[in-house]
Amino acid sequence: MASLAQQYEVWSALMKSGGDVSLWQQTFVKFYQAFLEKNRWLQYIEGVGTTLLVTAIALALGVVLGALVAMVRVAHDQQSPRHRNPLLGFVNFLFKIYVTVIRGTPMMVQLLIMGMVIFASSRNFTMVGALTLGINSGAYVSEIIRGGLMAVDPGQMEAGRSLGLNYLTTMVKIVIPQAIRSVLPALGNEFIILLKDTSLITVIGGKELLYAAQGVMNRTYESMFPLLGTAAIYLCLVLIFTWLQGKLERRMAQSDRR
Amino acid sequence: MIVVKGLKKSYNGLQVLKGVDLTINKGDVVVLVGPSGCGKSTFLRCLNRLEEPDEGTVLLDGQEVTEKGIDAMRARMGMVFQHFNLFPHLTVKKNITLAPVHLRLMDQKTADAKAMELLERIGLADKADAYPNMLSGGQKQRIAIVRALAMNPEVLLFDEPTSALDPEMVGEVLELMKELARGGMTMVVVTHEMGFAREVANRVIFIDDGVIKVDKPPQEFFSNIENERLKSFLSKVL
Repeated sequence: MASLAQQYEVWSALMKSGGDVSLWQQTFVKFYQAFLEKNRWLQYIEGVGTTLLVTAIALALGVVLGALVAMVRVAHDQQSPRHRNPLLGFVNFLFKIYVTVIRGTPMMVQLLIMGMVIFASSRNFTMVGALTLGINSGAYVSEIIRGGLMAVDPGQMEAGRSLGLNYLTTMVKIVIPQAIRSVLPALGNEFIILLKDTSLITVIGGKELLYAAQGVMNRTYESMFPLLGTAAIYLCLVLIFTWLQGKLERRMAQSDRR
Repeated sequence: MIVVKGLKKSYNGLQVLKGVDLTINKGDVVVLVGPSGCGKSTFLRCLNRLEEPDEGTVLLDGQEVTEKGIDAMRARMGMVFQHFNLFPHLTVKKNITLAPVHLRLMDQKTADAKAMELLERIGLADKADAYPNMLSGGQKQRIAIVRALAMNPEVLLFDEPTSALDPEMVGEVLELMKELARGGMTMVVVTHEMGFAREVANRVIFIDDGVIKVDKPPQEFFSNIENERLKSFLSKVL
């Protein structure tokens, strides 16, 4: 390390004085500035931590919200036409608006509205970002889960009900366990999309990975290495999670064959 | 035991049941036959309100079957489906014990013992811990029947129980149904198995055009045919 630092001192002094530097020397100096000088790599690590945290919060919120919306919408659609529950109808109507609005507007606009209008006075930009991403993800997750619930053979619900189990019990004990299997791959994709979308919270000042990279860019007046580094880190994260997802799916497929 | 009065049901303006009246007594084995689309399955499904009738009433032991309290009513009326509808994510034993345990009719231990006893009876005790997709169609249907039996129902409804089976597996399912009938179980069976109707039923009912056209003991039903539609129907299936 010490020798790298010395090398950097020599070559950057040479660059500043307008001396003749090779392409390799320039690249080295920029790379050193982007990642090593003043331990800047720590900022990236911190950014990755926030990125993962925001992803986790948003995913948890999205799955809870999505499951709730999906359950209400399926329950509403499955009730018999002559015994409609007005409360269920009202909540279903609200949830339909929620899904339509969220899916019909750009995430960037949603972030700006949340950060600069609704939570304009909040200073905790990262959490506002996580909240927005969670609400956004919930709309998509609800459609994924709804699809999974509707893909379960209606005969399963009939069999459960014909045994005297009520709607909710049949749902929880019989339909949902079967829906989870078919829904997991799509949820995995949603997770990966969410992971990458966390980079958007930079626009409202959320301190995740891209924010850290921009900080370095402003300090060094150099953008290539911070941005390429950020892209590489995202790619690594996505590859890791894709690998984990594949592993999970293989495990599920195995237990399917039991 | 089951009294049906003026049962009507339409789908999208098409009237499938046009006022069905029927009384089923304890111990009856009633077989419903008729051309496809005549409403016999719909009628069966109206009995436990898997289909909601438009008009008419169904009484079980004098109590009207309505939307309110339907779960308790269904617990007393077992149903067996054409496609078995076993729960694929649960073992055979769990399939059988889930409802009785959840509805607190039995504790898990009693239910397990009962499930094993029933499986023993149909010779499938070794499949107790298997999952449904490891079983043949005939085995699945017999387990579906056992699942309904585990609730100690007062009546069993069969919706074309052998129609989805390979021919060589029909026999084992019919054999089990015969055994139940001989044991005094009240049964309402929608089927195309005329042999079963002739041999086991004490009443055979011909439904056509949304109403009951013929309701007779099997000897008479098959020998003394007055109804023209029944004559043409039987000439096709026999």
